[in-house]
Amino acid sequence: MPVEIDIDHVARLARLEFTVDEKARLREQLGVILEAAAKVSEVATDDVPATAYAIPRSNVLRPDEITPSLTVEEVLSNAPEVEDDRFKVPRVVEVE
Amino acid sequence: MTELSDRTASDLAAALRAGECSAVEILDSCCARIDAVDGRVRAFLARTDELAREQARAADARIAAGDAPATAGIPLALKDVLSTRAVATTCGSRILETYVPPYDCTPWERLRAEGGVLLGKTNCDEFAMGSSNENSAFGPVHNPWGLDLVPGGSSGGSAAAVAAGEAVWALGTDTGGSVRQPASLSGVVGLKPTYGLISRYGLIAFASSLDTVGTLTRSVRDAAVLLSAIGGKDPMDATSLDEPRRDYTEGLDVEISGVRVGVVKEAFGEGVEPGVRDSVRHAVDELAGLGAQIGEASLPHAEYALSAYYLIAPSEASSNLARYDGVRYGLRVDGADSVEMMTRTRGAGFGAEVKRRIMLGTYALSAGYYEAYYGQAQKVRTLIIRDYEAAFGAFDVLVSPTSPTTAFPIGAKIDDPLAMYLSDVFTIPANLSGMPAISIPSGVDAAGLPVGLQLTAPVLAEPTLLRVANALEAALGFDARPALIAA
Repeated sequence: MPVEIDIDHVARLARLEFTVDEKARLREQLGVILEAAAKVSEVATDDVPATAYAIPRSNVLRPDEITPSLTVEEVLSNAPEVEDDRFKVPRVVEVE
Repeated sequence: MTELSDRTASDLAAALRAGECSAVEILDSCCARIDAVDGRVRAFLARTDELAREQARAADARIAAGDAPATAGIPLALKDVLSTRAVATTCGSRILETYVPPYDCTPWERLRAEGGVLLGKTNCDEFAMGSSNENSAFGPVHNPWGLDLVPGGSSGGSAAAVAAGEAVWALGTDTGGSVRQPASLSGVVGLKPTYGLISRYGLIAFASSLDTVGTLTRSVRDAAVLLSAIGGKDPMDATSLDEPRRDYTEGLDVEISGVRVGVVKEAFGEGVEPGVRDSVRHAVDELAGLGAQIGEASLPHAEYALSAYYLIAPSEASSNLARYDGVRYGLRVDGADSVEMMTRTRGAGFGAEVKRRIMLGTYALSAGYYEAYYGQAQKVRTLIIRDYEAAFGAFDVLVSPTSPTTAFPIGAKIDDPLAMYLSDVFTIPANLSGMPAISIPSGVDAAGLPVGLQLTAPVLAEPTLLRVANALEAALGFDARPALIAA
C-alpha cells in the first residue's frame, strides 16, 4: 500500500513552498516511491549492522597550520545582500 | 570524415608530440564542432572559448619545450556541478544560476596545472539528480545518436559532448550511475573509480557517502590517462583516500588470459531489453576468446539496492541542499522574515525532481521514521557489500549490462519517477559498495543505438578493471558513430 504522508508537515521541515496541485501530486508520488523503498525491510534484519560509508574512515585531522584561504571579498562575492563585510538577512528575532 | 576533435586523447597526445598538429588546432576543431552541432545537442551551458585559447597556446609552448604531461592541450568539458573559478557553475539549477565560484575544484586544478584546456561547462540534471538530463533547469540535452532521445543522466551533457566530437574528453559525477549510464546511452566510455580516489573538493555535493567524480572518454586508455592526472590524495578533501597519484596506463596492455570474470546472473532478467542482453552476452564470449575464465556470479541482494539508494541518496541530499537558503550565494526571493525568505527562495529555485528528493529525504530522516527507512537502508548497504565480497572471492571482475535499456525518447519516463529510477538498477550497487566500475560500448541494438557493458572490480582494483576493459574494447572493435556526425 502506498505510504500516507503529511505533506504540509514535511514541506515545513524542508522549507519548501508548493501549490495545492503540486502537493497532491507529491503525496501520490512519494507514497508510491516509499512503498517501493520499504522493500528494504524484507532483508534488513536486526542482526545486520548498518553501513554509513562503504570505505570506513576514522577522524581525519590535519596539522593546525594557516594555509591560503579566500578573501572576505571573495567569500561575499556571491551574496544576495551584504552590509559591512557581513551577509545581510531579514529579521530573525522579534524585537519588543 | 574524422576531424581532430573526433580522435582519442591518447592519439592526439602522440600527434602533438610528433608535431602533426597543435593544441590550438585541436581547440579550433572542437569549437567548430560545437558551433555546428550544439544548437541541436545542447551539451554546453557555458563556453570558455577565450580562456581555452590562452590555455591551448600555453600548452603548445610547453609541448614545444618538451615539458608537457599527457593531458596537455587536450580539450576538456566539465560537468556544471564542478566548481570553476570565475566561471559560472549552476548545477543545472535556477537557484545557482548566477553563482560564480571563487575557487577551482581539485580535478580541474590538477588538469589546469598540467596544461589542460577547458572548453566549457556541460548541462546536467539539476544537482545531478536524474537519469535522462531532462531535469536541467536549462532544458534537456539531446542524444547525438538520435536527437529525440535522451543522452542519459545525470552527466548527459558531458557524455553527449564526447559522443558528438565536441569535447575530446570530459568529467562527470556518479552518485548512482550518473557517469556510467549516460556513457552507455551515448556510446562512450564512462569510469567511476573507487569512492574517494578522486578528490571532491569543489564538487557541489548531492549525496556525500556516494558522490564520485568520474571520466567520460572515447577509449579505456584515455580514462586511464585522465584518472592518472586527477586521482590520488587531496588534503583539501578529508574523504579522499590515502592513495598516491599513480600512472594507471602501466600494465594496461598486459593480456587477460586467466582473469576470472563473473557474469552477474541477476542482471539478465526481466526488464532488460533483448538487444542489450544479446550484445553483452556476445561481449562475454569475446572475453572467453581472450582467455578469461568465465563463470556465473550472484549478487542476491542487488534487487534491494534501488530501494536502499532511494532512501540513502535523498536523505543525504535533503541535508546537503539545506545550504541553499538565500543567504550566502544563489537566488534570494524576499520574504517578511528569514523563514519566509528561505521557503520562497527554495520553492522558486529548485525544480520538481530536486524538491521530490528533498521531501523524500526529509521524510525518511524525520522523527519516528529514521530507523524504518534510513536505518534499514544502511543495513541493506551492508548486505550488498557482503555480496560483493563473496563474489570477489571467486572472481576478479564482474560483468553486467550498464543499464537495462538503450537510449529512450525524451519525455518517455519523466512523469513516472519509479520507471526512470530503474535506469540505474545495475549501476547503483557499485556506489553503495564504493567499488570501481566502468561502462564501455559493447555494440549496438537493432535500432543502431549503442549498448553499454559494465565491469566492476574490488575497491582500488582499478588496474585490473582497466586492463580487462582495455582488452575487451580492442576485441570488440566498436566503431559505430552517432548519426549526427557520421555523414
